[in-house]
Amino acid sequence: MEHLELFFKSIFIDNMVFATFLGMCSYLAVSKKVATAVGLGAAVIFVLAVTVPLNWLLDQYILQDGALAWLGEEYAQYDLSFLSFIMFIATIATMVQLVEIIVEKFSPSLYNSLGIFLPLIAVNCAILGGSLFMQSREIPTLGLSLTYGVGSGIGWFLAILAIAAIREKIRYSSVPPALRGLGITFIITGLMAIGFMSFGGMLTGGDEEKKEEKPVTEVAIKKKTEKTSAKEMVAENTNIN
Amino acid sequence: MGLLSKKDAVLLSDPLADNNPITIQVLGICSALAITAELKASIVMAVSVLFVLGLGNVVISLMRNIIPSKIRIIVQLIVVATLVIIVDLVLKAFAYELSKTLSVFVGLIITNCIIMGRFEAFALGNGPWRSFLDGIGNAVGYGVILIAVGFFRELLGSGTLLGFKVLGDSIEKTGLYALGYENNGFMLLSPMALIVVGIIIWIQRSRNTSLIEEN
Repeated sequence: MEHLELFFKSIFIDNMVFATFLGMCSYLAVSKKVATAVGLGAAVIFVLAVTVPLNWLLDQYILQDGALAWLGEEYAQYDLSFLSFIMFIATIATMVQLVEIIVEKFSPSLYNSLGIFLPLIAVNCAILGGSLFMQSREIPTLGLSLTYGVGSGIGWFLAILAIAAIREKIRYSSVPPALRGLGITFIITGLMAIGFMSFGGMLTGGDEEKKEEKPVTEVAIKKKTEKTSAKEMVAENTNIN
Repeated sequence: MGLLSKKDAVLLSDPLADNNPITIQVLGICSALAITAELKASIVMAVSVLFVLGLGNVVISLMRNIIPSKIRIIVQLIVVATLVIIVDLVLKAFAYELSKTLSVFVGLIITNCIIMGRFEAFALGNGPWRSFLDGIGNAVGYGVILIAVGFFRELLGSGTLLGFKVLGDSIEKTGLYALGYENNGFMLLSPMALIVVGIIIWIQRSRNTSLIEEN
């Protein structure tokens, strides 16, 4: 249940692109064709699923305040969390390289479709963002961090797939010249983000409800009553995040 | 322009308008939009990027002849990450509240495409002084957009600028609010950042038609 909730939350409510604007650069640059967008999206899911749990382990056993306690008493007072940026990005860069080598060796066809995108991904903000959010939201277990990684990846995949499909179609419409290309993409993304905000009502105040273990029906009723205040809820959610 | 030759001046001025990193090069949007709900956060973000990009460009440019090209991405990431850690620690020490608002977005300066983009495109092939100017120019171009978006979102969204109530008090109904003006709370939500940037792009391209894309 916990997994399912986190999974849907990270796909729809905390969607990487629409709620936090992560990975916007590649989202805008590689969304001209659906086929390439699918390739990049798949690579992002893959890399997030690998790096978020890995960075969770790093965070838990090396970086956190007192995390080094497993080495012995005298190490317990160290707090290495200021190193997290450098550790996370180093992990991501090496993992991307490793993943590239492994995929090339075992599945040349997958490599051909993902190949060019994998190196790009090392500097995709969505990947580092996934790890940093995992750290700042204090995800408690390794399994949940995997769920979070996969969920965020799928959310990003959905977003780039949708915008690529829209951009393929929009070529046939008469957009005002000055808005063509980048401008209209921004505005469409904005409108899509407004649409995605309505998912905010799905799990409002998720963290408090998780502890109370409310039955589903009650949540559904609650959702209706809270619909009016969904806007504030989303604002609150984004603030917390 | 005693200090700057004409070529150098272009490095500084070009990114401000015709080659703006956000609206034309489409770099650095990732961490830019989420923090622009307040003007103060936008300014801090702009200054942080100015520091990281200016200094990072110089460091990379000084090392450009000794970095093996195969591992240059890792070297670049380490340089940026070090600079960003400095920014993060300084913010935590002197502006703790603000560093809480910026949350993970300070860390995301590392993967801000504008930084890697300038390293790759400029610092690896040019001397330190020119790289420094290029870094400053691009960071200022980025900051201008950030501050413009932050200005409109805070003004229209909460009726304040840097926390000062420039439009009057919305609760006691003074100033503009006495006339029935209401804050547009929607401006504070994330989708509006995208739309505001879209409008900025629209205005810029209507004024300079050579920038218009072919679909």
